[in-house]
Amino acid sequence: MATDNPNRPEDPTPFVAAPTDVVPLTHQAPKPAHERTADEEAGVIDWEKLAASERFRDLLKAKKRFVVPAMIFFVAYYFALPVLIGYARPFMEKRVLGPVNLAYLFALSQFFMAWIIAWLYVRAAARFDRMAKDVVTRPREQE
Amino acid sequence: MTAALGMFLLFVLITLGITYWAARRSHGAAAFFTASRRITGWQNGVAVAGDYMSAASFLGIAGLIAFFGYDGFMFSVGWLVAYLTVLLVVAEPLRNAGKYTMADVLAYRLNPRPVRATAALSTITVSTFYMIAQMVGAGALVTLLLGSSHVSYEAAVIGVGVLMIIYVVFGGMLATTWVQIIKAILLMGGTILLSLLVLAHFGWSLGGFFEAVTRVSYHDKGVLVTKNFLEPGLRYNATNHGALDLISLGMALVFGTAGLPHILVRFYTVPDAKTARVSVVWAMVLIGSFYIMTTFLGFGAATIVGRDFIAGHGGNNMSAPLLAQALGGDIFFAFIAAIAFATILAVVAGLTISASTSFAHDFYTAVIHKGTERKPGEEVRVARVTAFVVGAVAIAIAILLGKDANVAFLVALAFAVAASANLPVIVLSLFWKRFNTTGAVLGLAVGLIASLALIIVGPSIMKVDPPGVAASARHLIQHAPIFPLENPGILSIPLGFLAAILGTLFSRESHAEARFAELSVRANTGLGAEKASSQ
Repeated sequence: MATDNPNRPEDPTPFVAAPTDVVPLTHQAPKPAHERTADEEAGVIDWEKLAASERFRDLLKAKKRFVVPAMIFFVAYYFALPVLIGYARPFMEKRVLGPVNLAYLFALSQFFMAWIIAWLYVRAAARFDRMAKDVVTRPREQE
Repeated sequence: MTAALGMFLLFVLITLGITYWAARRSHGAAAFFTASRRITGWQNGVAVAGDYMSAASFLGIAGLIAFFGYDGFMFSVGWLVAYLTVLLVVAEPLRNAGKYTMADVLAYRLNPRPVRATAALSTITVSTFYMIAQMVGAGALVTLLLGSSHVSYEAAVIGVGVLMIIYVVFGGMLATTWVQIIKAILLMGGTILLSLLVLAHFGWSLGGFFEAVTRVSYHDKGVLVTKNFLEPGLRYNATNHGALDLISLGMALVFGTAGLPHILVRFYTVPDAKTARVSVVWAMVLIGSFYIMTTFLGFGAATIVGRDFIAGHGGNNMSAPLLAQALGGDIFFAFIAAIAFATILAVVAGLTISASTSFAHDFYTAVIHKGTERKPGEEVRVARVTAFVVGAVAIAIAILLGKDANVAFLVALAFAVAASANLPVIVLSLFWKRFNTTGAVLGLAVGLIASLALIIVGPSIMKVDPPGVAASARHLIQHAPIFPLENPGILSIPLGFLAAILGTLFSRESHAEARFAELSVRANTGLGAEKASSQ
C-alpha cells in the first residue's frame, strides 16, 4: 500500500487477513521437495538451467560411458549365437565337455553374460544415483 | 483328474481371496492403475517374472525343446538377454518420467493427442493379440488337463476369461500383482522340483543326462531316427532360412521386451527408479534360472517321455505335464497342470490391466476429453468397463477360433509390434532432442502396420497345407508365403526406426525440442517423479 505523500510515515495498520492475522491451517513454507506433486514442481524448477549445469552433463556422460559399450557388447555377444549356429555349424557342433557341444555351452554362457552385465550396471548405477542427487540438491554451487 | 480339478479350484479360491482383500484396500486412480506405487523391489521383480513367463514359455518352450532339441533352447536364451535392454535403457527413465502408461513419456514433449491415440492403438493391439493367443491356449490346455469329458473348450475359455475380468475389475493392479507373485513362486517351485526329478532319474549325473540327450530316438514320418538333440538345425535349417529366422526372432525379443506394455506398466507400481532397477534384477535372476531349467524340462521330456508318446497324448504343449506324470505320478501331474493354469490366468490378467489402463488413460481421458476427467474417478470407471469389454471380446474371439487354431504367431506378432512400433519411439523420445510428433506417429504406425503385414504374408498365415490337415488347423491363406520368415523383426524393426527418423526430419516442432531439457532432467534424476501414495 504505497502512500501518496512521501513525508508521511508508512501506515502501520496491518492488512486484513495478513499472514500474521490467521493461524495457518498447515505449514505456510513451501512444501519440502518430497511432498510436491509433479504438477506443483512443473513451474518452480528451471529445467533449462539444470540441464545445462555441469553436474548434469557429467551424469549423462558417465551414464553414456557405461550404457553404450554395455549395449554394444551384449548385442554383439547375443547375435553371435544365431549367426554362428546358422553359418558355422560344424564348428559349433564340436564336443568340448563330454557329450556337451560348443553350441550348448555358448548358449548357456549367454545367461551368465546377462547376469554379469546386470551386476556391473547395478554397481555403476549406485554412482549414478549419487551424481543425480547432487544435480538436484546442489544445483547452484558451481555458479 | 479330480486332483487336478481340486488344485485348480484351490488356486482360484486363493486368488479370489486376494482380489477381495485388494478391492477393500485400494481406492482411487493411483491405487487401481499402479497399486499406489508401493510394491517393493523384490515383489515387483517376482511379478515381472510372473507377467513374462507365460504358458508359451512354460509349456511352449519345454515342448519346442522336447521336439526340436537345441533349436527350442535358442528361444530360452533370447527371453533373458532381452532384459538387459529393459534394465539399461527403459525401466528407470520410464518410471521417472511417466505416470500410468508408456504414452506418458511420449506425451511429455510431443503433441499429446495424436501420440497418445497411436500409442494406445499399438498397446491395445499388442495386448489383445497376446491375450487371444493365451486364451486359445488356455482353453485347449484346460480341456486336455482335466479331460474334455469334464470341461468343454468353450467352458474353459469362459472360465478363464471371467476370472481374469474379476481380478482386474475388482482388484486392480494390487490384486493383479499378487496373482503374478503367487504364480511366479508356484512356477519356480514346480520347475525346480521337476528339474530335480529329471536329474534323479539319471542318477544325479549331468554327464549321464547329456549323454542321453545326444541319442534321442523318435519316428519321423514313420521312420525311426536317432538324433543328437544338442545339435542345432532340427527346426531352423538351410531349407527354411533358419539362420535368418533365428536372428529375426532374436531381434524381436531383444528389442520387443522393452516395448511390451504389460511389462512396462509394472515399473509404475514401485516407489522410485532405483526400486524399478532392483526389480529388473530380481526378475532377471528368476527368469534366467527358469530358462536354464528348461534344459531339464525339455530334454527331460525328450529322453524320458519321448517325442512319439507326447505326439500321441496332446502334442508338444503337453511335454512338461507328461514329464511330471512320468516322474511323479498323477498327483504331480495335477500340480504341474494347476501351475500351468495359474500361469495363464496371471498373464491374461496382466494383459487386461495394461490394455484397459491404456484405453482409459491415453485414449478416453487424454484424447477424447483433452486431458481432464469430467467427474472424479471417471478414468478408473472407464478402465473397469474396458477390462470387461476386452475380456468379453477375447473370450468371443477365442471361442470363434476354436481350440485347434494355430495361434503361436500371435505371440510373435505381439513381440514384433512391441519391437518395431513401441521401442523406437520410446528410445528416440528419451534420447533424441530433435524427435517430434510426426516422427512418433509415423514410427508407431509404420512399425505396427509393417509387423502385421509381414506376419500376414509370412509362413504363419500364408502357406500351402498338405492334404489331410484338419480344417481348423489349416493356414488361413493357401498360397506360398511371400515373406519367407516367421518372425518379421529383421525387416519391421528397421522400418519402424526409419519411419520415426524420417518423419522427424521432414517436420519441425520447436515445442518438442524446447521441452527436451525437462524430460532429460526428469528421466535421469527422478526430479518431480510421481510419488508413492499412502493408502
